[in-house]
Amino acid sequence: MGALLRKELLVELRTLESVPAMSLFAVTTFVVFHFALNRNSVEGDLAAGILWVTLLFAAILGVNRLFVADADQGGFDGFLLAPVDRSSLLVAKALTLLAYLVVLELVAVPAFALLLGPPFGNALPDLIGVLALGDIGVAAVGTLVAALAVRTRARDLLGPLLGLPLLVPIVIGGARASAPLFAVAHAGAPAARWLLTLGLYDLVFGLIAYALFDFLLED
Amino acid sequence: MYGKGLRLLSISTVAAMALALSLVFFYAPLDADQGFLQKIFYIHVPMAIVALCGFIIGALLAIAHLRTRDPRWDMRSYVAIHMSLIFAVGALITGSIWAKGSWGHWWEWSEPTLVSFLIVFLLYATYQPLRFAIEDPERQARYASVFAVTAGAFVPLNFMAVRLSTAYVHPRVLGSTSNLPGPMALTFLVSLGAIGLLYATLCKYELTAKHTRAQLRALRRRLLGEGQDATKPRSRSAAPSVAPGATMSAQAASRSVL
Repeated sequence: MGALLRKELLVELRTLESVPAMSLFAVTTFVVFHFALNRNSVEGDLAAGILWVTLLFAAILGVNRLFVADADQGGFDGFLLAPVDRSSLLVAKALTLLAYLVVLELVAVPAFALLLGPPFGNALPDLIGVLALGDIGVAAVGTLVAALAVRTRARDLLGPLLGLPLLVPIVIGGARASAPLFAVAHAGAPAARWLLTLGLYDLVFGLIAYALFDFLLED
Repeated sequence: MYGKGLRLLSISTVAAMALALSLVFFYAPLDADQGFLQKIFYIHVPMAIVALCGFIIGALLAIAHLRTRDPRWDMRSYVAIHMSLIFAVGALITGSIWAKGSWGHWWEWSEPTLVSFLIVFLLYATYQPLRFAIEDPERQARYASVFAVTAGAFVPLNFMAVRLSTAYVHPRVLGSTSNLPGPMALTFLVSLGAIGLLYATLCKYELTAKHTRAQLRALRRRLLGEGQDATKPRSRSAAPSVAPGATMSAQAASRSVL
């Protein structure tokens, strides 16, 4: 599994296919939001919504590309020939997607602060926690959806179509949890029930993805 | 064999629907706040409950398919989800009418059940496109089952998240049947039973129709002689079809048709 993860990250480092596109997409989306909403800075739940929608759509870009090389260039066949547990591919891919998301956020969150400027300096540790919880869920569901969609005829369409409704609870939990962090008067820490929702989502879909992934790799 | 009990089921469904509707219109008292409008509740809520249960049943049948690899379980899972999708449309439309009547808007974001329903509906609306996009029938069935299980687990989780996000905005109009007066609760339960029977009957009809079609195709192929029709590829479809040769011999097929 370590080898698989290393291979994934090495491929991404050499081709620079997904992560730069995701980051660029996120920054562009902030600009689009600036003009669409006609605001120079946003705060509160509006800021949380913009951040989460942008991150989600950028994540969908990465999800769509996650298995394309394996499906087109025989990576699946090579993997199936190797004497390893199939779930290790799921874990490696999910960790790869998680790494993509972390890099994406390292770019997108500062860009968000710079461009749409909600003052959230001292809420940063809380925000990192909320983002991390959301990322785990996106990585689990995203990997499953990517594997489900990649060997269908309309994979670029089906990935987002399947993924977006499944990720709605992440947006609900993430946006509600981070809304007080972006408030002007710093309304305090995120409510525990949103963190709980995110955590429960991560747990349930992590297990589901783990249980079902094997069935997607059988031919 | 697949049409067995269909007549009994149909008759009891018609009777139950008639009983439920007459109870709704002639027995259940008018609601103090909403008056006549509240009667849509007896159709809307059972439809929503049945549709959600159907999605869960579809997930359980999909688990059975993944465990046994028997295409008949996939067929049942497909039919359960397909019917639930139709019932979900019905629930969304009646819910929308109810929202218009009681709040004045066709859509009400502060009603968590309706909103969760929309999300679940949007998710399951991708079930057929997913099937349609996979050509190999075996893989189509397997991937569809994976989707059905994932979506089935998503249903309760989504309801929880949406309910949390709105629970403190709007009071629940109808929390459970326990706060309904007796006649209303009775009418509701009868309606629920009737809609459940309707769901079961429609599922049975669809299953029977699909199997009859498969048998017919097998018989026609036998009449025309092997090889002549077999070279024609099966047209691409989102619906599963049980390969006729796999489940029963041609003689058995002809016997059951006669």
